[in-house]
Amino acid sequence: MTALTRTLVPGFRIRNSWIVPLLIAGACVFLVIGSLQSSLFAQQTVSGLANGGIYASLAVALVLIYRATEVINFAQGGLATVTTYVAWQLIDWGLTYWLAFAATLGIAFVGGMLVELVAIRPVERRGNVLTIVIASIGLLILAEGAVGWIWGAQVKFMPSAFPARVFHVGGVAFSFQDIGTIGVSIAAVFVLWLFFRFTKVGLAMRAAAVRPAAARLVGIRVSWMLSLGWGLAAVLGAVSGLMAAASPSVLLQPSMMDGILIYAFAAAVLGGLESPAGAVVGGLSIGVILNLLPTYVDWVAPALLLPVAFVVMLVVLLVKPSGLFGRTRVRKV
Amino acid sequence: MRSSLVVRSVVIGAVALAIALAPFILSDYNRSQGATVAVFFIAILGLNIVTGYTGQISIGHGAFMAIGGYTTAILVHDHGWSELSTIPLAALVGFAAGVIVGVPALRFHGTYLALVTFAVALAVPQVAKNYSHFTGGTEGLVLPAHTGLWLYGVSWAAAAILFVLAWLILRARTGRAFRAVRDSEVAAASSGVSLAAYKTVAFGVSAAFAGVAGSIYVLVNNFVNPDLFGLTLSLYILIGAVVGGLGSLWGVLVGAAFIQLLPIGLTSSHVLSSQSVPVIFGAIVILVMALVPRGAADLLRAIVSLHVRRGSNAPSP
Amino acid sequence: MAPLLALRDVDARYGPIHALHGITLTVDEGEIVALLGANGAGKTTTLRAISGTVRRSGSLEFAGRSLGRCGPEAVARLGIAHVPEGRGTFSELTVWENLRLGAYIRRGSLDADVARVLEYFPWIEGRRTQQAGTLSGGEQQMLALARAVMQRPRLLLLDEPSLGLAPLVVGEIFRIVKELNSREGATVLLVEQNARISLASSDRAYVLEVGRVAVDGPSAELAANESIRRSYLGY
Repeated sequence: MTALTRTLVPGFRIRNSWIVPLLIAGACVFLVIGSLQSSLFAQQTVSGLANGGIYASLAVALVLIYRATEVINFAQGGLATVTTYVAWQLIDWGLTYWLAFAATLGIAFVGGMLVELVAIRPVERRGNVLTIVIASIGLLILAEGAVGWIWGAQVKFMPSAFPARVFHVGGVAFSFQDIGTIGVSIAAVFVLWLFFRFTKVGLAMRAAAVRPAAARLVGIRVSWMLSLGWGLAAVLGAVSGLMAAASPSVLLQPSMMDGILIYAFAAAVLGGLESPAGAVVGGLSIGVILNLLPTYVDWVAPALLLPVAFVVMLVVLLVKPSGLFGRTRVRKV
Repeated sequence: MRSSLVVRSVVIGAVALAIALAPFILSDYNRSQGATVAVFFIAILGLNIVTGYTGQISIGHGAFMAIGGYTTAILVHDHGWSELSTIPLAALVGFAAGVIVGVPALRFHGTYLALVTFAVALAVPQVAKNYSHFTGGTEGLVLPAHTGLWLYGVSWAAAAILFVLAWLILRARTGRAFRAVRDSEVAAASSGVSLAAYKTVAFGVSAAFAGVAGSIYVLVNNFVNPDLFGLTLSLYILIGAVVGGLGSLWGVLVGAAFIQLLPIGLTSSHVLSSQSVPVIFGAIVILVMALVPRGAADLLRAIVSLHVRRGSNAPSP
Repeated sequence: MAPLLALRDVDARYGPIHALHGITLTVDEGEIVALLGANGAGKTTTLRAISGTVRRSGSLEFAGRSLGRCGPEAVARLGIAHVPEGRGTFSELTVWENLRLGAYIRRGSLDADVARVLEYFPWIEGRRTQQAGTLSGGEQQMLALARAVMQRPRLLLLDEPSLGLAPLVVGEIFRIVKELNSREGATVLLVEQNARISLASSDRAYVLEVGRVAVDGPSAELAANESIRRSYLGY
């Protein structure tokens, strides 16, 4: 925001850096106490975390691309849908689930890189952020359209990754589905973190994202790094889509990731669009909030979940636009 | 330039004549298709004001259409208003909604605004689904039907009026102020243009247009339900605006025709199945962004200027 | 012996602005050459032309190869390290990560290089995990230099190393540059506004004015020539 808009439309800003960790700690305490008191609370929290894992992986994908290019990839969900259908097809052709899962991640990686090369780079050369955003919307329409064209729009059935069983801890029933989803999502993000932190290419990608000009001077091919970024983002999207398809409340259809994309947007905004850690925290938070709210607040019907997420996004953008973990950016005039 | 003014007037005249005469050679069904083109024309016109002229991205104009559409539907269905009289009210309600959105939108720039409006596009139909005793919920409300001719007449009359209105607004001081805002907020502000006021008004006006479009859309379909105003609608309006050319009034017609007629043309010629349409649309959008980011209007301008240049120089083939 | 770097009639533009008009200069292996001149004379642009950061035309040869079509990534891989104006430090990354990036194009063990760097900049040892942006100006400049050393370049391009630094720190940096040159034979092309210390530290110098080479020669001679000093170098 420019200083001009700040004087025209006054808002209040949260400045102190201890508020955020306090908030998160408080939230965790709240969840633990609630879970100990009520088994319904515990179950809803855990399945909220599972949904949150789905939103978090997609949110991290969004953040990856945003950090490097300031572009929000509106097609992230659509691309995830494509890869999920690819997995379905592989399973339909006879592969076991986890084999198909692994193959899909590989295909997603290559596909993501190709998409950047073919669809985005030509636009980047000419355009500003607005044109790239619109191109990503074109990509969204193309991706979901391709899915409908190739596989048809009728709902399909995706076998579950995890056994449909339930196990009990202290009288509370938890499903393998939920625990598995949380595990896979966290694992995916963790592996990515390891890659960025400890490998040479990961370091180069980080450097290219924050300072592309300086990165070129040490010999880093920044445009390759960008393609790699899109490839990795596609992999995270694939994980998100696969976990979503496995969940009983999501049906395999071309528009399956539309709502999840909004939740991922809200998560990324909440965490700070430039912070992967923030995206994870944001995703888990949104997942839990959107599960607990309808359980305990009567008028929040399932149809209102999207508007609620929208309100969260709006509030964050008005109160602390850089999100929980972001640094307030000064817009250069 | 005198000659370009003459050319423009001739073109407007020809197009207007074509639009006026078309219903006499079209079937009734095709006339209502034509009415739908007018609906998109009005919506894209509105979007152009806010995105093309003041540079504020809005991917949620379907939501404003929904507001206008439901206004009309509820007034006609539950309160017995006549359809035509609801249209100005839909515009007013749209304007109010636009201003309400426009005020917080001041604090977001570019990508954030795109995010928020995208979410609005998805959220509003959900709200409509939820409060079903107002809106008829998922099933919606049914409205009296009309002949294709009536719909065509009403929609294109509204389109013509709004086009002239848009042209007047954009020519005047307001329009120049809008463009100044788009091109450089800092420069505009420092030259005394009140940013907040202009941006909010732009949103309001733009939403009013969308409200009218939504209102007529509902009449064309003679029913309303949340799915009518889904994400796809908002996206297609954006595509229409972009392909036609942001910041150009002429491109609006191209854009509207593009999104309504291209799919029909493709499928009725049996070249491709109807399911391939989104794929082609998406591909075209990407191509346009890569090759001619300023849309068809720019392409036309380029072609015209090429001809003008060729005419004046002695070419050596 | 052919010069390591030879520029002949090099032009460069920033959009419509014509910044360099026919720059011709050479740098021999093992030399320190200074590029002097007032603000806007084209010194930084010349370095950018060499590293491919700006669009240029004309003949640019490095170790017998033409730099004509090379962008910055390719130039770095050929063995030219450009420490730009503003240092080009990755402020968001740690000191260690900055060093690591300096050696991006090299394979194999970096231990020897790290040892060398610590010899010149012993203070780095304790600060490996510190975020580079939190270092002082002088430390950041030295980190940028250290990063260039990690690259083991054949040619080092330094853009205004003294900018914004206290005299004591500037002296330290120039001492290190001279040591790199004398002990390791590093070839250096140095852009500076501080003509006095540049002439004292270099073998030869070119003085630029409005995008052209106005005067050149051995640094000692230029420093001794009062009329040149007064008309071109301001002291």
